[in-house]
Amino acid sequence: MSENVTLEILRYRPEVDSEPHFQTYTIPYEEDWVVLDGLNHIKDHVDATLSYRWSCHMAICGSCGMMINGEPKLACHAFLRDYRHDVIRIEPLDHFPIERDLVIVMDSFIEKLSSVKPYVIANQTKPLSEGENLQTPLQLMAFKQYTLCINCLLCYAACPQCALNESFVGPAALALAHRYNLDSRDDGKEQRAEVVASNEGIWECTFVGACSEVCPKHVDPAAAIQQTKISASLDWFKAWLLPGAHQ
Amino acid sequence: MARSNKPILWLPFAAGGLVAALIIPVLILITGLLMPLGILPLPYEKMAAFAHNPLGKLILFGAVALPAWHAAHRLRMTAHDLGFGDGVAVKVIWYGAAWVLIAITAWALILV
Amino acid sequence: MSRRPYIRKVKRSWWLARRRYVVYMVRELTSLFVGLYCALLVVGLLRLAEGRAAWDGFLAALSSPLGVLFQLVCLAFAAYHSVTWFALTPKAMPLAVRGEPVPAKAIVGVHYGAWAVVSLIVLIAAGI
Repeated sequence: MSENVTLEILRYRPEVDSEPHFQTYTIPYEEDWVVLDGLNHIKDHVDATLSYRWSCHMAICGSCGMMINGEPKLACHAFLRDYRHDVIRIEPLDHFPIERDLVIVMDSFIEKLSSVKPYVIANQTKPLSEGENLQTPLQLMAFKQYTLCINCLLCYAACPQCALNESFVGPAALALAHRYNLDSRDDGKEQRAEVVASNEGIWECTFVGACSEVCPKHVDPAAAIQQTKISASLDWFKAWLLPGAHQ
Repeated sequence: MARSNKPILWLPFAAGGLVAALIIPVLILITGLLMPLGILPLPYEKMAAFAHNPLGKLILFGAVALPAWHAAHRLRMTAHDLGFGDGVAVKVIWYGAAWVLIAITAWALILV
Repeated sequence: MSRRPYIRKVKRSWWLARRRYVVYMVRELTSLFVGLYCALLVVGLLRLAEGRAAWDGFLAALSSPLGVLFQLVCLAFAAYHSVTWFALTPKAMPLAVRGEPVPAKAIVGVHYGAWAVVSLIVLIAAGI
């Protein structure tokens, strides 16, 4: 007994389409298939023109983020068996321009990511002869959760503030800034604050919490941002009380 | 991009959120249910005595002003979510309303 | 082949599209009722300052069917504000004691405890 699943996929080819439009495909239903397997089946056997990003097929590379029945998901992480009797509607990630079919333009994210200086910034450079930086398990535990981001952009697709304001730095970038601010080897909080504590940084966030709900790696960017709001407010207050004092 | 001055709006918002969460429900329980039912009459002498007391004034001010600010800031952000933008008009309306409430509260507590 | 990225418009009704956004809006709307009740309290303080007759009139208005109905609506929203505020606090202020993270339930529990204590104190002060 062979069963089928219907996929409605948003197509957009700039050279022939003035606007995106849905195209319907039928794929076999397999108990162990994910949506990505369906897309690969289409590409290999039905319509080679379908464009989409993918790589690891195991929810670690962050490439295959897309809207599946209106929810941001990794295509390799969405099982056909969970959509058993539905038509599966597949669209590119919300809140990004569409490059082609399911491929989005993510340049803005790359800029936002680099703007928060996502690397250890040390006040003093240690000479190699002094050996490596030491970190206790407790010190690692303080920021480990925020290291797990795979830059899949599901959080940006879920966040209404990303929808309403293109310049919002966004959940993943702010969570990563928090990761470095919490790292015992790092002294760069002040430098990052220029972007992180700006109006387009943490202050655009209204704690909707959708970002943390959709994150496949449980990074909890919403928590990172709220913690940063408190820390940035205390820093602001300290600076106001003691102008000119540098941390 | 520059460091934002949002904290001056946000810190009282956060404080107001906690105060509102802890005290507003019981106040509404009293004025909206227990008093109308006659269980807590809230006689003038008792209320005025509380409001005459400097500590009483401080408590009343905090219980009204902080939640009012919390509401104003949150409604400003919600106005933006609903498509009304984040311009001068939105800020004036909501923070203005909060300041009016705060000013009247202070004035009433001084007069009482 | 030239690029022509397509930008999808954001609808004003974006928050109606999914349940989680509607829940968010209701959560934010609690502040409207908190604010309205605060305005009511401010009127009460003014009436208190005006004297006994004005205060009694205020209490009578609060006891009217419309007054009670409005306040019960405010109570529902205010209680929902408390519940959601307490639930979110552990995210904003994670605590660690001697390296061990304090469980979120404990932080939330302390807030409910404080809510009960404050409520009791206010009720006693009001004459219960």
